[in-house]
Amino acid sequence: MSIVGTRVVRIEDHQLITRGGTYVEDLRVEALTGAVHAMFVRSPVAHARVTVDASAALDAPGVVAVYTAADLDLAPHKAGPVVEPWLADGVVRYVGEPVALVLTEERYQLADAAELVDVDYDPLDVVASIDAALTGETVLFPDQGTNVLQAGDGEFDDAAFAGCEVVLSHTILNQRVAPAPLEVRGAACAWGEDGRLTLWLSTQNAQISRATVAKGLGVEAADVRVVTPDVGGGFGAKIGTDPESVVLGWASKRSGRAIRWVETRSENLVSMTHGRAQQNTVTIGGRRDGTVLAFRLEVVQDAGAYPRTMFLPTLTELMATGVYHFPKVETSNRAVVTNTTPIAAYRGAGRPEATAAIERAMDLFAAEIGMDPAEVRRVNFIRPDEFPYSSPTGATYDTGEYAKALDQVLEAAGYADLRAEQARRREAGDPVALGLGLATYVEITGGDSGGESGKITVNPDGSVTAWTGSSPHGQGLDSTLAMLLSDQLGVPMDRITIRHGDTDEVPRAIGTFGSRSLQLGGSALRQAADQVIEQARALAADRLEASPDDLELSEGVFGVRGAPASGGVTWAQIAEQTDLTADVWFGDGSPTFPFGAHLAVVEVDTLTGKVVLKRIIACDDAGPVVNPLAFQGQRHGGLGQGAAQALLEVMNYDADGNPTTATLADYSFISAPELPDFELVDSETPTTRNLLGVKGIGEAATIGSTPAVHNAVVDALSHLGVRHLDMPTTPLRVWQALTEARKAN
Amino acid sequence: MKVSIEINGTTVSEEVEDRTLLVHFVREQAGLTATNIGCDTTSCGACTVLLDGESVKSCTVLAAQADGHAVTTLEGLHGDEGDLHPLQRAFREEHGLQCGFCTPGMIMASVSLLEGNPKPTRQEVRDGLEGNLCRCTGYHNIVNAVMNASGQEVQR
Ligand code: FES
Ligand code: FES
Repeated sequence: MSIVGTRVVRIEDHQLITRGGTYVEDLRVEALTGAVHAMFVRSPVAHARVTVDASAALDAPGVVAVYTAADLDLAPHKAGPVVEPWLADGVVRYVGEPVALVLTEERYQLADAAELVDVDYDPLDVVASIDAALTGETVLFPDQGTNVLQAGDGEFDDAAFAGCEVVLSHTILNQRVAPAPLEVRGAACAWGEDGRLTLWLSTQNAQISRATVAKGLGVEAADVRVVTPDVGGGFGAKIGTDPESVVLGWASKRSGRAIRWVETRSENLVSMTHGRAQQNTVTIGGRRDGTVLAFRLEVVQDAGAYPRTMFLPTLTELMATGVYHFPKVETSNRAVVTNTTPIAAYRGAGRPEATAAIERAMDLFAAEIGMDPAEVRRVNFIRPDEFPYSSPTGATYDTGEYAKALDQVLEAAGYADLRAEQARRREAGDPVALGLGLATYVEITGGDSGGESGKITVNPDGSVTAWTGSSPHGQGLDSTLAMLLSDQLGVPMDRITIRHGDTDEVPRAIGTFGSRSLQLGGSALRQAADQVIEQARALAADRLEASPDDLELSEGVFGVRGAPASGGVTWAQIAEQTDLTADVWFGDGSPTFPFGAHLAVVEVDTLTGKVVLKRIIACDDAGPVVNPLAFQGQRHGGLGQGAAQALLEVMNYDADGNPTTATLADYSFISAPELPDFELVDSETPTTRNLLGVKGIGEAATIGSTPAVHNAVVDALSHLGVRHLDMPTTPLRVWQALTEARKAN
Repeated sequence: MKVSIEINGTTVSEEVEDRTLLVHFVREQAGLTATNIGCDTTSCGACTVLLDGESVKSCTVLAAQADGHAVTTLEGLHGDEGDLHPLQRAFREEHGLQCGFCTPGMIMASVSLLEGNPKPTRQEVRDGLEGNLCRCTGYHNIVNAVMNASGQEVQR
């Protein structure tokens, strides 16, 4: 019987629950014996001219070296159209920007020495928000002449909205959040006698890190080996290779010492890239029967101080229309620089922002025409017979069953009863209001990111080793891939080893992001296994004196179909005799489009503004499920993180660009009592775009849950005159919205 | 100063700086790296260990304060490989972990939770683990793991 589709406990877990993982800080490898410890001195001000004097720090106990921009002899690197220095060079542009690097013999000497680095900050005018950036009063990169460093301006024509009975416009803030994996960033590095750098890095893709670090150091890629130990979460923020890695590699060479670096949480919150940070203006127009005729989305991305990643606003544009068929669509995107931490990917990266905008717009439209939000969605869905569907913004959706996903969720939730309960409470003037929030979504996974590598060897004892270019950091991909291979090769899972994350073992790869690992990494291994099976089949046919076409592989034995008496040949028998290896690149990088529907139920205390998330009912369809255990785990995590954005999470800055949420005491991770048990509804619509029929699931639930919870909070207050409030829907913000609505009435 | 702490049944005596944190003592001096550090504000619980049987955040205890006391870490919960603590077994069975970084602290906090309340309700589990943050699981399966370990029904 096939194990694919059954609930298989993860092979990763034994180590993790007995001795803990081996994260970068846990490494006790020989090359790191006697390593010095590293700490970056970071700017405490948002915008200033800097001069650094390291002389006092050099005399502090245990100090091995202090490096500043003046010491670095590296070519500068680009962030979008501008140069981002490796260490601040004359100017700092955000709180948290690295200014100097301190190396000490002992860990506890670091902070003492860092304090003695004398940095003079001569303040400059600060641009702390999108609005401030757009005024252009202060231009952060004078040679650019503007703070708008990317502009994809669409053609706007108000004629698009002619013929609409209702037209609404609203600006929706998608607040800045911190990806903040529980394991902060860390690295260790050492140069070998062979002149090669080994860099152990907490990253989502060793191979791209190798390329970036080699380029930064001005050496050949072959001179750098990146090794990824266990990674304690990434959420997109460990895709990129931060300047710190290059500086550490350089410092290790210059000092002749192996180095260990682990940042603090407070450092992480200001210097690891942030996510979201978009201001989206939606205009939606349509008829009173619920038909939307025209939609416009204007995206403004806060790129932070250095525009490291510019694809977020364009991805938001690409997914602007979500699950709906709208006749007329207009979009634009701009990205501005501000004196804040650089923005990059965070779980969903551009798609949650698109979904949040369209799903809020659909609710605004529904409220305006007095129609149930579920009904308005149903009227506008892309129908199953329209797939593959070419969206007006240029995406080609593969497959989808949007109405079915919604119906399943409404049914599971008891939607009609919930609405009746809501009406009862409103009638009775209950101060605790009930809110129901819907979001139906489609997302793009594995899109335009190239293919992925996969290699398989059957060892002489019949066990299997597989190398994947994917790079899991908590998703349980080892288990999922081992299940697929076990099924395909008929080899038990405990005889299969999955390897990844060492550029010497897997030189070619793209890594894990964009929910691409199973669909691309999995397909690559499927292809490699197919090739190994064909190699083995020919050899087994020889031994059995049969035609290869007559052979079947069953439970790891090649035998003649329908003739069990003629015996069989095992993997071990073949592998003993010949090398059975296949090394492939699955090159079909075409994306898939998972989709779903989420319903959130909240209670809002209208006297205090307190919001309690009571239920989340979620249908997330990502095609066939390999391991329901891991699949559900990804959904749970996504639901929790998505709800957290709606309710709690925000990275705040004051007008001077000072972060005010730079510790976990201020920055709200959601905790166990704030979340309900999740109610999952299953649905499987396969794709035709890869060998497994699967779509990605890593980000899907984050994308749906944020607008569902957000919409629920607004819905709870709608009878009191509240039409919109921005996330996070904290008690203070809810209470303020209520107060304003009461005044207006 | 010289500090002696019994960690998982073995006494570790080392000369350390006065300001050495218990979590660093456990990781560096005792060489037990399961206990993780996730924050610098006593907020995340990744560093939770048992100190004389009570769960504490070891990033907020000085090694000196633990001098002469007994500490249990994740590594000390189980006997030989086959002999897992019910919570270790349950975290695995219920998929109560993903990246695993919060897990040692989460399991140690759960040990202490169940000691005080052997048959908690789901809400009591959630409330009891409030000081332990997980960024990956959405907590649902962590609650299931604790329910499973306490011999109660889970909600898959
Ligand atoms: S590391 Fe101790 S509570 Fe976070
Ligand atoms: S499993 Fe990753 S933080 Fe909990």
